[in-house]
Amino acid sequence: MPLEKEGNRFEILKREDFSDVTYLLEVHHPMMAKAARPGQFVIVMEHEHGERIPLTIADYDRDKGTITLVVQAVGKTTREMQQNCREGTHLYAVVGPMGIPSHIGQANKVVCVGGGLGVAPIYPQARAYKESGAYVIGVVGFRNKDLMFWEDKFRACCDELIVCTDDGSAGIKGLVTEGIKQAIAKHSDIDEVVAIGPPVMMRGCAETTRPHKIKTLVSLNPIMVDGTGMCGGCRVKIGDQIKFACVDGPDFDGHRVDFDDLMARLKRYTPTEKTALKRWEDGCRMKTPISPALISSLTAAQLSQLDPSELDQLDPYEETKGG
Amino acid sequence: MAKKKTIRTIPQERTPVQELDPVERVKNFAEVNCGYRIEDAVNEAERCLLCPDPACVKGCPVSIDIPGFIMKISAKDFRGAYDVITDTNLLPAICGRVCPQENQCEGVCPVGETLEPVAIGRMERCIGDLAIAEGWSNIPYIEPNGFKVGIVGSGPAGMACAADMAKAGCDVTVYEAFHQAGGVLKYGIPDFRLPNPVIDAEIGNLTKLGVKFECNTLVGRLFTIEQMINEMGFHAVFIGTGAGYPTMMGVPGDSLNGVLSANELLTRCNLMRAKEFPNFDTPLQLGNRVAVIGAGNTAMDATRVCIRLGAEKVYCVYRRSKTECPARAEEVHHAEQEGVEFHWLTAPVEVLGDANNNVRGMRCIRMELGEPDDSGRRRPVPVAGSEFEFETDMVVFAIGTNANPIMGQTSKLKLNKWGYIDTDASLAASIAGVFAGGDIVTGAATVIEAMGAGRTAARSMKAYLGIRDTDLPYLSEGWGSAGKLFGIDLRERNFARIRIA
Repeated sequence: MPLEKEGNRFEILKREDFSDVTYLLEVHHPMMAKAARPGQFVIVMEHEHGERIPLTIADYDRDKGTITLVVQAVGKTTREMQQNCREGTHLYAVVGPMGIPSHIGQANKVVCVGGGLGVAPIYPQARAYKESGAYVIGVVGFRNKDLMFWEDKFRACCDELIVCTDDGSAGIKGLVTEGIKQAIAKHSDIDEVVAIGPPVMMRGCAETTRPHKIKTLVSLNPIMVDGTGMCGGCRVKIGDQIKFACVDGPDFDGHRVDFDDLMARLKRYTPTEKTALKRWEDGCRMKTPISPALISSLTAAQLSQLDPSELDQLDPYEETKGG
Repeated sequence: MAKKKTIRTIPQERTPVQELDPVERVKNFAEVNCGYRIEDAVNEAERCLLCPDPACVKGCPVSIDIPGFIMKISAKDFRGAYDVITDTNLLPAICGRVCPQENQCEGVCPVGETLEPVAIGRMERCIGDLAIAEGWSNIPYIEPNGFKVGIVGSGPAGMACAADMAKAGCDVTVYEAFHQAGGVLKYGIPDFRLPNPVIDAEIGNLTKLGVKFECNTLVGRLFTIEQMINEMGFHAVFIGTGAGYPTMMGVPGDSLNGVLSANELLTRCNLMRAKEFPNFDTPLQLGNRVAVIGAGNTAMDATRVCIRLGAEKVYCVYRRSKTECPARAEEVHHAEQEGVEFHWLTAPVEVLGDANNNVRGMRCIRMELGEPDDSGRRRPVPVAGSEFEFETDMVVFAIGTNANPIMGQTSKLKLNKWGYIDTDASLAASIAGVFAGGDIVTGAATVIEAMGAGRTAARSMKAYLGIRDTDLPYLSEGWGSAGKLFGIDLRERNFARIRIA
């Protein structure tokens, strides 16, 4: 089972844009596709000078030998990836699958909750529960209808699907917690709730299920460096214990997670993140973008003289709005 | 040979080594110790008594023929000296820099009984650097033997084991989870102590031996140890994944923003090059007044990194006294020179935070030394009523590490009660064909001890595979307790392997 030659590794075979901030990358990594299980994540470095960022594995295809990542362009690295990662390009480093896979137990009835970007990583869990024979209720939440994705994939593996949008443009109006409440009202025999999304949403889910004493698992997303248990940057408080999300998690009992601590720790690098983003945006603006109107007026010969990096500026998704 | 040297006839003073001026060096990450020039090494070589039964060789975890290479230096045969060293240690430029020689070879040097001991480490480094500059490598004739060996972790233990197995003719692949090989040498030890080009040069030597490095590979999760043996065709596997997992302080406030492990600080700064932020994307938000807890080599590295990154004040807080401090003497000395303020006999009680969850200070308590504990060092005891607070905006803890749990989570390897891999004296683990060594077996130790373990494991691995070891007559009595592994005679283990193959 030899790994591939350096230059051919981690090729992006497919890219799909769900909205102007959310995009999907399908990365070629046959060994990882074989090893990956629901709940695990990878650490990605876009280029040699890049930072290591954890991304949950949203799907994997063992036949094609690919893993799927769904990324939200919020900071410098994820925006830069949005600009540079195209089909046929390569990532500098992808390592994983990391973390303890989700325990897909013998639950009979499960609610799988995904909010925003958490919708992608909840999908393999929903599918795994379905495959294990459970009755799966999917609850997915988006800000509005335009940001929705993968509804078909969820319909295919969920026995029921509740879509929630903040503005009511699709499904029910309200947060995913509304969806959970609906599910609990309808089914008195829910064994487990699995929730993935922003910390504030996962806390909401845990608080919604707490009075009903329904086991609730959440997937935590703290800041990481190595992802192998070595730096301790991802430490989280679970009850009275300190755990490392990268090797002891990322799934934990939502009723025991100290979300205040998690959210405070997620803000650790806000000042430097802002600096990095601003510098990068300024750097992008310095190059004069070429308008599509100009391109269409150029002859083929003139076009061929353009620096390819300038053509990259034509990216229709370049104008990101942040998350 | 000239007439026999005695303690009276040798140069009495240890040849000094040039160091960068503390005032200048705190502004950059250039290597502090400039190393011996060739002539310094030749001078220092004169100080060796060339003892007939050299204590230094026994003091060296990898048993380098120290008088042998010193003799070559005296004869100005530097290439010869390099060959002598690299017969046992493939990484002289690294070991010359990071070994705690004062507790090893130099600690037992008879010259040291009356004078300063012979500067073995500095000479070793000089030869190692010369070899890099000249592009020397000591590549023996290797006849492939068809055995495939997998090494998990590219740190010092893995590198040493890889070198020995490759020399024996095995097809060696080293797996590393990070995007660059080198392990703790890369992420942990800063440039001013061990420059990255030195590590890369030594890794280059391994590559010349035919060793393959596969980065971005998290063994255990991408594939398991059992898969390596059963499916991937490895005849033997060595695990040298290190201890990693930092120990928490366990005091209130230790999850405040601004409290981080030395591992995180060093990894961000060294491997991820946060010191060059924003040209490199990984940030490191340095405090103005940094308190580093602990006084081992990692703590020293952390203090000195913070000084170089521009912290106004760096404190080193340690619960015992300077005598018990585990760091190399040279590191403490360098840290003092660079302005690190040491607070011996002081232990943290609480990290204090502000409204934004950032560190604003630390409450500490004074300690005094009581009766010796298990480690033989006097146990620190808190002095009642001596608590005090001081201002700090960043706390770095360097108080040791625990076993990394990934191997235990993903394989059926037997672990000891602390979570380290259980091995016998020959470093064989509980799965046939799997060996382990370094911090993942012993808990946190030094680079050279890890290398020594890598070599011991390599010897056992060769015996297991039935490869005749040039260091060792086949199945000699030298094996002693290692003649049997888990109660099975070594020869039978070979038989077991043949059946699998």
